[in-house]
Amino acid sequence: MKVTLFATCLVDMFQSDVGKAVVEVLERLGCEIEFPESQICCGQPSYNSGYVEDTKNAMKRMITTFEDAEYVVSPSGSCAYMFHEYPHIFQGDPIWEPKAKSLAAKTYELTQFIVDVLQVEDVGAQLAGRATYHTSCHMTRLLGVKEAPMKLLKNVKGLEFSELSGKERCCGFGGTFSVKMGNISEQMVDEKVCNIEETGADIIIGADAGCLMNIGGRIDRKGKPIKVMHIAEVLNSR
Amino acid sequence: MAMKTSVEKFNDRVDKGLQDSFMRGAVSSAQERFQTRRLGAAEELGNWEEWRSHGEEIRQHVLDNLDYYLFELSENVSKRGGHVYFAQTAEEATSYIQNVVEKKNAKKIVKSKSMVTEEINLNAGLEKLGCEVIETDLGEYILQVGDHEPPSHIVVPALHKNKEQIRDVFKEKQGYKKTEKPEELALHAREKLRQEYLTADVGITGCNFAIAETGSITLVTNEGNADLVAALPKTQITVMGMERLVPTFEEMEVLVSLLTRSAVGQKLTSYITTLTGPKEGGDVDGPEEFHLVIVDNGRSDILGGEFQPILQCIRCAACVNACPVYRHVGGHSYGSIYSGPVGAVLSPLLGGYDDYKELPYASTLCGACTEACPVKIPLHELLHKHRQVIVEKEGRSPVSEKLLMKAFGLGASSPAMYKIGSKMASPVMSPFTNGNKISKGPGPLKAWTEAREFPAPNKERFRDWFKNRPKGGEQS
Repeated sequence: MKVTLFATCLVDMFQSDVGKAVVEVLERLGCEIEFPESQICCGQPSYNSGYVEDTKNAMKRMITTFEDAEYVVSPSGSCAYMFHEYPHIFQGDPIWEPKAKSLAAKTYELTQFIVDVLQVEDVGAQLAGRATYHTSCHMTRLLGVKEAPMKLLKNVKGLEFSELSGKERCCGFGGTFSVKMGNISEQMVDEKVCNIEETGADIIIGADAGCLMNIGGRIDRKGKPIKVMHIAEVLNSR
Repeated sequence: MAMKTSVEKFNDRVDKGLQDSFMRGAVSSAQERFQTRRLGAAEELGNWEEWRSHGEEIRQHVLDNLDYYLFELSENVSKRGGHVYFAQTAEEATSYIQNVVEKKNAKKIVKSKSMVTEEINLNAGLEKLGCEVIETDLGEYILQVGDHEPPSHIVVPALHKNKEQIRDVFKEKQGYKKTEKPEELALHAREKLRQEYLTADVGITGCNFAIAETGSITLVTNEGNADLVAALPKTQITVMGMERLVPTFEEMEVLVSLLTRSAVGQKLTSYITTLTGPKEGGDVDGPEEFHLVIVDNGRSDILGGEFQPILQCIRCAACVNACPVYRHVGGHSYGSIYSGPVGAVLSPLLGGYDDYKELPYASTLCGACTEACPVKIPLHELLHKHRQVIVEKEGRSPVSEKLLMKAFGLGASSPAMYKIGSKMASPVMSPFTNGNKISKGPGPLKAWTEAREFPAPNKERFRDWFKNRPKGGEQS
């Protein structure tokens, strides 16, 4: 099966290990991975800040980039959701709305793709440790992917789970919110890190690079011995 | 209290909120209590999503036919001997009510909870006439006794106060001598208030839902105070926002079910009362005179536009109780009597961007509000819509942000620019980099690194790795 990877700009620039893990996991599951070089960013930072018109060129570039793809898979619920938002943004545009609809229809978040399309729940991963899982808001509430990550994680051998209290609560990232309202964001991520600590887990797993950068940055600043892992890295552990 | 509750700047209000650990403790525990109860009440109903859709349909139908239902309501109130007044502005509403009060030569006025009377600053208008105005909702009463503090929550106005603080307010202002036990505090207020109901000349209530078909108003409380306000004084004035009505009893029942479950997680509140007009021959109680004041105050400007869904709101505060930002900053940070996500959408619409332009940004767009709303208002989308208006129509965003976003837009749409930018990121950031992290970032990163580390850009971008790896995926 041919999979076109939408790596996201955060993974491309800051977390290339996550991208590598995605490629390796999907290849092991029999997928042929393609990475179109012309992909950049889904446009969320400026779109969410209100610069809708200024972001449209970036979105059009992404639509064109993935036009010929069969499946578009992204290791981020938030960025995958953004593709699902494109038809709404280009509503009424005779050229771009149909193209946006076709992109949205074939775009999946990584775990959603593995569970729903590949129909795999055990990727054969193995990782020793006690973990907890952060459900990111856009992935669960907006994209509607709730079950897939836990289905996959439950089959990772050696991994024990503790439930995260207040797991439905945002970590305080919110893209530009984290710098625009830095003081509020700090309190939010601080509470999240406290909740993570309370679980006694030594690994915090998430499926969105943005949330993990936020939570990880706080854990690092506070010097907590908790490892931050993207779910792709967990699924790639053996 | 007018809608605007503070002259302080947004950032100063937020700082004050963040430093108030008493408030934050009270708010976070209340949020969890309300959330748990709300989810329980929704689950108990079974088909919550169907109820939500039904609620949404009713609210949208009413808004789409608002002129029709307002006319019907007005006709039916008049038929039952009530007086109806349409107030286009806050001033018109207040002055009409002042006239009624003056004609009655009223000295004492009791009020049940009403956000719209806060919005139009009614109490100040009545006090100017020399009237004594007494709030009878326990939360509002506590705030009024405590030097007229503004509400911090639309359902639980004194949410930010814990029981010890309430005890201290009563002690300091009213010589209260008992403990902070909620029962004793409530008993104290009850004894004080009972006398007020009996001696008041005019009663002013809010309105949860007016019913067009019968000309009735519905009041939902847990304290029964609204019933006393409406039943005991000779004159009753009910003030409602112009969108707060339903066609018939049938729709009222659906919305009340959604309201009580979403607001406090109860199947029903202790008192749900529907009142129709003044006392008629044969009635043993009720007011001799009934006035219904229907307030526009900016609502008709919202109607028919892109923000119309906010008028679906039934003031349950489920969005406030779910909001992770409200949780930390508290209601007073919003600077408006309408706080939380609904307040962040509504306040700039009713009060203008000059006072409230920051509110739409006080959200991570996490969608918890939208998910909690019992009438499916797309709150986080409306917050985003405000941002778009602020940037694109109002041109109010800071120049530095505009430049940054333009640069971002350019970089994200031009592979050549992105290539240079992302390749340069690592060397450009290297003076700030310590190992694999940045602890003191420049420019927009400063706010980030005040609280957390920022990752150093990868020396080898993912795309370079992908391009250079041997084909066939055999690279380890």
